[in-house]
Amino acid sequence: MSKHHVTTTLNGNAVEFLCDTQQTLLEVLRDELHHTGTKEGCGTGDCGACSVTVDGRLVCSCLVLGVEAQGKSIQTIEGMAQGTSLHPLQRKFLEHAALQCGVCTPGILIAARALLARNPDPSEEEVRFWLAGNLCRCTGYNKIIEAVLDAAHEMRGS
Amino acid sequence: MNEILYETPQTLESAVALLAGASGQARVLAGGTDLLIQMRAGRVMPGLLVDIKGIPEMTAIVAESGGFRFGAAATCMELIEHEAFAKEWPGVTDAVKLIGSIQVKGRATVGGNLCNASPAADSVPALIAAGAVARIVGPGGKREARVEDIPVGPGKTSLADGEIVISFYLPPRSARSGDAYLRFTPRTEMDIAVVGAGVNLTLDETGICNQARVSLGAVAERALLVPEAAAALIGTKVDDDALQRLAAAASAACRPIADKRGTREFRIEVAGVLARRAAGIALDRARRNS
Repeated sequence: MSKHHVTTTLNGNAVEFLCDTQQTLLEVLRDELHHTGTKEGCGTGDCGACSVTVDGRLVCSCLVLGVEAQGKSIQTIEGMAQGTSLHPLQRKFLEHAALQCGVCTPGILIAARALLARNPDPSEEEVRFWLAGNLCRCTGYNKIIEAVLDAAHEMRGS
Repeated sequence: MNEILYETPQTLESAVALLAGASGQARVLAGGTDLLIQMRAGRVMPGLLVDIKGIPEMTAIVAESGGFRFGAAATCMELIEHEAFAKEWPGVTDAVKLIGSIQVKGRATVGGNLCNASPAADSVPALIAAGAVARIVGPGGKREARVEDIPVGPGKTSLADGEIVISFYLPPRSARSGDAYLRFTPRTEMDIAVVGAGVNLTLDETGICNQARVSLGAVAERALLVPEAAAALIGTKVDDDALQRLAAAASAACRPIADKRGTREFRIEVAGVLARRAAGIALDRARRNS
């Protein structure tokens, strides 16, 4: 059985991997490239835990084939902090205690960053609608929304 | 496990040739938000995936002959973000906005929403009301079909083997026109329509409705075009009396199932209510476009 040889950009770095057609981008990230920050929740695009961006577009990596990453630019949670310096969203999630078990957190951070990239000053309602595809069973969401709004405020000021 | 071949044709001709030449089951891959789930569940086991996103005609959104043409594999987010399209067709845009989460809309396509042939697909009644025409290519060449003629039942379309929907054409907009789509779901987001209603209408200089199309989703085995409901509006000022007759005609056209999301009686009642409310929104938009 012949595998696909895929070259792509992961968090700004050129990478290559081999995969079968039916392997999802999520499986490739975790099992082939050992980037396990992206989590598997439902595997059917309902929970958002596996959110990544592909050429800047927010998607569920469980609904993308690994082979489709050919020539694309993938951003995952591993690329969010700069060295030991956390992204403002990550810092605000800690300050607001916007996570408990943490399984949804990488996906929510990636989704929130995609929101702030296109709308630096979202309303609370806009944040809630944007994050409707990211399920969290611990926090009750309020702290997540507060952390995103606070991060947006800080990022606008800097 | 059988090997699944994966191809990325760059032209319609090569996509059609790949589908026609497949020895086993072949599937078109656009956004994959239905197909990958079906494959994972073992409900579909294709031997060939033809990823058509590299074909320019399949993803372009362009003005054409006074109207709009958008590729069947353009993502929902690309369509929503197209300001000129959203301004001209707010009802179609509202329907596309209701398809899944931001993540799902980043991949999902209107062509997929149509060809997956769920009776509850949100974009389909809005496209039918808009008078959208699909351009299709297959082994026999290109043809055009009205959107209402494509779904025939749950998971089934009128497309022949090896045919691909390339794009959708929405006709030029005359002054005093407006469209709207509403759906009922128990939740505000991330849910499947219990009933959907799309209305598209045009007023003359005196405010009389002279063109209307009404479509309902999730109340039959496929999205319905309801000419009787449109007839209730044409020749009127879309007053309360006309809206009541529209609602009655919409309810009368329903032949829904009962399931955990709604009984038969509920769907029939709500179809009338939503058609009436959607017509009210379309009317407001038409008046603002004068």
